[in-house]
Amino acid sequence: MKRNKLSVVLNGLITENPTFVLMLGMCPTLGTTSSALNGMGMGLATSFVLICSNMAISSVKNIIPDKVRIPSYIVIIATFVSLLQMVMQAYVPALYASLGIFIPLIVVNCIVLARAESFASKNSVFDSALDGLGIGLGFTMALTLLGSIRELFGTGKIFGMTIFPEQYGILVFVLAPGAFIVLGYLIAIINRIKKVS
Amino acid sequence: MAKLESSFKNMALALTSISIFAAAALGVVYKLTLEPIKATEIAKQEMAIREVTPHFNNAPVAEKYMLISPEGDSLMCFPAKQDGKLTGVAIESYSNKGFHGKIKVMVGLDPNGKILNYSVINHTETPGLGSKMTDWFKTDKNKQNILGLDPGKDKIWVSKDGGDVDAITAATISSRAFLDAIDRAYRSYMTQKNAAVDTKKSIVRQTSTSAEYKDKGGSNEKE
Repeated sequence: MKRNKLSVVLNGLITENPTFVLMLGMCPTLGTTSSALNGMGMGLATSFVLICSNMAISSVKNIIPDKVRIPSYIVIIATFVSLLQMVMQAYVPALYASLGIFIPLIVVNCIVLARAESFASKNSVFDSALDGLGIGLGFTMALTLLGSIRELFGTGKIFGMTIFPEQYGILVFVLAPGAFIVLGYLIAIINRIKKVS
Repeated sequence: MAKLESSFKNMALALTSISIFAAAALGVVYKLTLEPIKATEIAKQEMAIREVTPHFNNAPVAEKYMLISPEGDSLMCFPAKQDGKLTGVAIESYSNKGFHGKIKVMVGLDPNGKILNYSVINHTETPGLGSKMTDWFKTDKNKQNILGLDPGKDKIWVSKDGGDVDAITAATISSRAFLDAIDRAYRSYMTQKNAAVDTKKSIVRQTSTSAEYKDKGGSNEKE
């Protein structure tokens, strides 16, 4: 079966966007998007893990017996997350400090495991890397969008740039309920657009 | 290529080899990042000292000494001096009462114990809520600002508990923990103040005087 390489990337970005269509990885999506920068940082960190773990899993898929594939995948994913954690601590300490506990929690992010199980274990290394890239970018885009909206309504800023004075911000958007409200509306809008087109 | 059969031998082999590879990769990266992580930690510490103390021309990191907190824990204290005269101290304080764990704060006090400035070194509070403490208590708005206050006279705890400081909106627990760290630095410093003036003496001497002052200081704590 020959796939169009571009369609593999676009698949993750739009048709199977992990946040808006597959509804996977809701916990970090709701938890880290209190600002645009945090959302983007989290998205990029997850993308890195996705691409690496997809490639690694796809290259060892034939030597892993079926019955132990889940523990094997988890060990591989956890390794990449730990690597990422140490590298971030060393070179981008500020971002690492603001994302805190959510970096180690990428291990249990179901997007990563879902792509390993449903794509990387059946496709070639290169395709898996592209799939990781597409899904990763889709996730990053969704998180950045969500983070921007919450930051704008909550504090009047986007990426730290002031759009309107902070005292007019609605605090609930920075808090957990705001994450649910914004995510709900975004999903509704996207479903509506999909219906029309 | 066909998949390996799920026999006991195959499963054990696959898991073991994956774990060995993972451990090796982690070991290598740990070694590689150990130095940069340490360097960023030290740089952060020096930055924090510079931020919280007034002008100085000595080397606070080289002249650091231990303070014993009222709970019996030790805090690192960095004296800032201009031409040999003490202008302030930076105290690396902490609190275990944070929402998600330990909070480390560098607190700058003037020789009389007034709060000069602070800098949050490390915390795991909620991003966007508790994490606001890095600026919140320096902002001149309502009763947020704690700079210039004297913990001996002013009530350095959140207004919800009857104090003089406005807590971070929606992060009262983080605010309490932060103020707990400030308070710990102040109490540790004040109970051993004279030891701080005496920094030219050896470390051994300082620890013994610290112990003395700790006994003395116990009576004039604010509770």
